[in-house]
Amino acid sequence: MKDLIKKVTEAFGPSGAEGSVREVIRKEIEPYVDEIRVDALGNLIALKKGKGGKKVILDGHMDEIGLMVTHIDDKGFLRFGNIGGVNPFVALGQRVYFENGTMGVIGSERVDDPKDLKLEKLFIDIGAKSKEEAAAKVNVGDSCAFYQPFVDLGDRVVAKAMDDRIACVVIIEVLKRLKDAPHDIYAVFATQEEVGLRGARAAAYGITPDVGIAFDVTRTGDTPKARTMEVSLGGGAAIKVKDSSVIAHPALKNYMVKVAKEKGIKYQMEVLEAGGTDTSAIQMTKAGIPAGCISIPCRYIHSPCEMVDMGDVEACVLLAKALCESSLEF
Amino acid sequence: MELRELTSLAGVSGGETEIRNAIMKELEAMGVPFETDIMGNVIARKGDSGPKVLVDAHMDEVGLMIVHIEKNGFLRFWPIGVPPSVMVSKRVLIGKDKVPGVIGAKAIHLQEPRERESVIPANQLFIDIGAKSKEEAEKKVKVGDYAVFDTEFEELSPGIVKAKALDDRIGCAILLDILKEDWKGIQLYAVFAVQEEIGTRGARVAAYRVAPDMGIALEGTVCADIPLADKDAYATKIGHGAAISIMDRGSIPSKTMVAQIMKLAKEHNIPVQYREATSGGNDAGAIQAAQAGCPVASISVPCRYIHTPFAVASLADMKAARDILVLFLRSVEGGFRP
Repeated sequence: MKDLIKKVTEAFGPSGAEGSVREVIRKEIEPYVDEIRVDALGNLIALKKGKGGKKVILDGHMDEIGLMVTHIDDKGFLRFGNIGGVNPFVALGQRVYFENGTMGVIGSERVDDPKDLKLEKLFIDIGAKSKEEAAAKVNVGDSCAFYQPFVDLGDRVVAKAMDDRIACVVIIEVLKRLKDAPHDIYAVFATQEEVGLRGARAAAYGITPDVGIAFDVTRTGDTPKARTMEVSLGGGAAIKVKDSSVIAHPALKNYMVKVAKEKGIKYQMEVLEAGGTDTSAIQMTKAGIPAGCISIPCRYIHSPCEMVDMGDVEACVLLAKALCESSLEF
Repeated sequence: MELRELTSLAGVSGGETEIRNAIMKELEAMGVPFETDIMGNVIARKGDSGPKVLVDAHMDEVGLMIVHIEKNGFLRFWPIGVPPSVMVSKRVLIGKDKVPGVIGAKAIHLQEPRERESVIPANQLFIDIGAKSKEEAEKKVKVGDYAVFDTEFEELSPGIVKAKALDDRIGCAILLDILKEDWKGIQLYAVFAVQEEIGTRGARVAAYRVAPDMGIALEGTVCADIPLADKDAYATKIGHGAAISIMDRGSIPSKTMVAQIMKLAKEHNIPVQYREATSGGNDAGAIQAAQAGCPVASISVPCRYIHTPFAVASLADMKAARDILVLFLRSVEGGFRP
């Protein structure tokens, strides 16, 4: 599974520019599903047919945070806007890459007080000596992603875009391992989550499932002097109770706990105070859909060094697979 | 309909009756069929085969709402999309009878030094309509009435106009104009939307009804090509053509639609510029989110001083926006798909 995580996390795909990562995922899942389509918002939707059971969405978003070029100045420096939640302190000093392979580094204007470090003070330097040279490589409106290779630390792995490619990996694994499930499983690899859950909203409307299960990373409270949070790395699959966008359907949440207990899958409960997920977009579809979320514990979210535990990832795969194989009567 | 007339009409978000009636009258005169919906959107139709293309311009403008009448006849108000820094000492017209009033404040002689240097918040401002009592004021206005800024349309220099409500009557003018043309290979849904300024609410339901295959928002947009502004942060520049969005808080435009627009502009020598900012949002976000979603783009006319009692825009930019829109729609007729 580590090879797959490396491949999927290293793919390019800031919100709105998910074409590359979509092709990587499409190749992985093609042998294991019955139908594949791409909808108007770029969501990759794969159907693994069941035996007349329920319509179930498994959603993980393909997009990652990034930067979009808004202006090229006379000397060839690039100004940018953020795609999703980008912290200027995290961004400063990072390397970025564009879909065409152009690399750059993030520098800053003079800032005397660190409190004044805002994204507007930062720029991307692609090594161009003039506006013309820069414009030959990048265009206003082009987006770039943080550049960091995958690192294998043993039980734990680090990569950019673990949010939410690790969920894509979980869903890919479920599609690979799932045999003869009773339900129609719609795997939704969604676009534009980081800018407002936009892909999942359209996909869920198009599918109108009976049950929605989103997969996303969640923060942990187990690092030095961290803000209080019950979830810890290695603590198992995190079953969402709520985040700031959604209260998980209580009966579905309890059902997830029941299935985890029955199958002996390590789990923990997740109450996320800040942050939203596609769960909400699915839940609010049409007249409402029972929706829940299985979260993968992750440290350093929205940095280029997001860390997950392989045991947690496996627990999420097992729980998702067990749910797909169960009656889903809750 | 001329921009002069379109910008002179009142239509603060939720109170679009005057501008809406004028647009419907114009559509009737043009012989263009239209329907209206429960929110007050006007949806005009041209063409009956091919992909459904929704082109949107919002009718509403920023302004004020009267929320309280004081015992001594002064009116308290709440701003709709207008920052408090630009409200003091402005003339307004209230309600459908266009009752004149002024937004007053203490004279400089009576202000404390710190008051002179700070912005007076909206809840400490008031409108004076010359009434001596609540009873007298209530004969002319009522709580819930809208007020618009009393700003005359003027051509400041040839081709450079000043008016209120250029955001987005400039879009309405373009939309009315393209409805004069014949459209055959597309189903054109021209949406004159309500309530954009308070959360793209009109476009949301209009787009749900239409369920388009693609959407385009026509806008008056931010422009900061002014003295002391950082020239790397102008966003757009007046006189440099139609502004094509790259991203805002509401949507990320379709890369293929933007590429097609830029290609056509180059081929046909239409001046265009990127909207070099990612702040703000417009109806494109609501259109993109309708039903199972659709690709969108935004074509805008740069408007200096947007969301104040007046804005300044270039008629050449407006023509560029119109021309590139028509070229794009013709290319959809010719088979272009996002």
